Amino acid sequence: MKCEDVSKELIAYLDRRANSAERQDAEEHLLACERCRTRADEFRKLWAVLDEVPVQEPSFGFDARLRQRIAAEPKPTWFRWLVPQPRLAFSMALLLALSVWIAGPLRDKSASAPTEDEKFQMIEHLDVLENYDLLSKSDVLAEVPSAPAPQPDDQQKQQAPDDGGGSL
Amino acid sequence: MTRSDVQLMLDVKAGDDESFNLLLRRYRTPLVNFLFRMVRDSATAEDLAQEVFLRVYRARRQYSPSAKFTTWMFRIATNLALNSIRDNRHRQMETSIDAPVSDEDSAPRELPAREMRIDEHMVERDRSEFIRRAITSLPEKQRVAVLLHKYEEMDYGEIAGILDCSESALKSLLFRAYETLRVELAPLVTQPVRTSAGEGRAS
Repeated sequence: MKCEDVSKELIAYLDRRANSAERQDAEEHLLACERCRTRADEFRKLWAVLDEVPVQEPSFGFDARLRQRIAAEPKPTWFRWLVPQPRLAFSMALLLALSVWIAGPLRDKSASAPTEDEKFQMIEHLDVLENYDLLSKSDVLAEVPSAPAPQPDDQQKQQAPDDGGGSL
Repeated sequence: MTRSDVQLMLDVKAGDDESFNLLLRRYRTPLVNFLFRMVRDSATAEDLAQEVFLRVYRARRQYSPSAKFTTWMFRIATNLALNSIRDNRHRQMETSIDAPVSDEDSAPRELPAREMRIDEHMVERDRSEFIRRAITSLPEKQRVAVLLHKYEEMDYGEIAGILDCSESALKSLLFRAYETLRVELAPLVTQPVRTSAGEGRAS
C-alpha cells in the first residue's frame, strides 16, 4: 500500500472506525513507513490539541427568547383538523374541479337527448329516410341509360296518347 | 428511561411541547458550539441556533423519522451557517469596496511568513484562540466535516449525509482538513526533534 492510498484510511484507522481489513492494511503500512507513522502520531496529538478549545455555552436568555419566538408563531386553526396537509387539500380541490369540468359536457348531452315523442317521429319517417338513401346512391343511378329519367308528369303525358290510340 | 430523539420528536408532533423543551436542553449547547465555530460570532451563532430550533418546531407536523434526528438538525444548521458566512462575506466585500483605504486596512491579515504568523498568534492571542482561528481558516466544507467528526463525534455516514457526499469523499475531505490543521498548528503538535529533522512534512 502506498502513502497516498493509506492517507484516505488513516483517519478511520486512528478513530477506530476502520474495518478489520482496512485496519490491517494501515497497520502494515505504518510499520514500514516512518513518514506516515510520524503523521499518524501528529494527528493523535492534533486531536488532543483540538480538545482544548473551550465550549461555547448559550447565553442565559437563550431558552426564553426561543419560547417567545415559538409563542409568536401562528396557531393552527380548527379546520386544520379537517385538512391536515395543504398539499392534500389542494389535490382534493383540483380533483373536484376536474370532475366538474369533465361532467359538464356529459350533462349537456344528456339534456339534449331526444324525448319519447321525438324517437317515435324518427321511427315513423324511417321509410322516407331509407328511400332517400337509395336515391342518393349515385352508383345505382349511373347504370341507368343516358336518357334522363322520366318525370312522373312526363310519364303521364306519354301514356295518354297511347291510351287514346289504343282506344281508336 | 431516556427517550430517544426520534421519540421526543414524535411526541412533539403529537402536541407535547415539553418534549420539545427536552430536545432544546439536549442540543442547544452542541448546536451553539457548532455554529459559533462555523461563524465565529457568538450573537450570530445564537441567532442561527434559534432559527434551527424554530425550523424544527415548524416542521413538527410533517416530521417522519426517515433519518437520524441529529442528521436532520445539523443539516439545517450547516445550511444556515454556510448561508450566513456567504452573506457576511458579501457584505464585507461591499464594505471594503466602499470604505477608504488606510494603511492599517491595507496590511495583510494573514502573514505569509509562517514563523512570524505563529509568533504573533502566540503572543497576541491565547492558545485556544489560535486553534479556533486555524479551524476557521479551513474551507467551509472541510470545517463542517472536522466539527462534526471531532466535536459531535458523528459517524461517517451521518456526516456524509449532511454534506451530501459519499463516505469515500468524506474520508478524503477529513484527511485534507486534518493535514492542513496539522501544518497550521505545528507549534502545538509537532515533536521538536522530528521537526528539526524535517520528518513528517512531505506528503
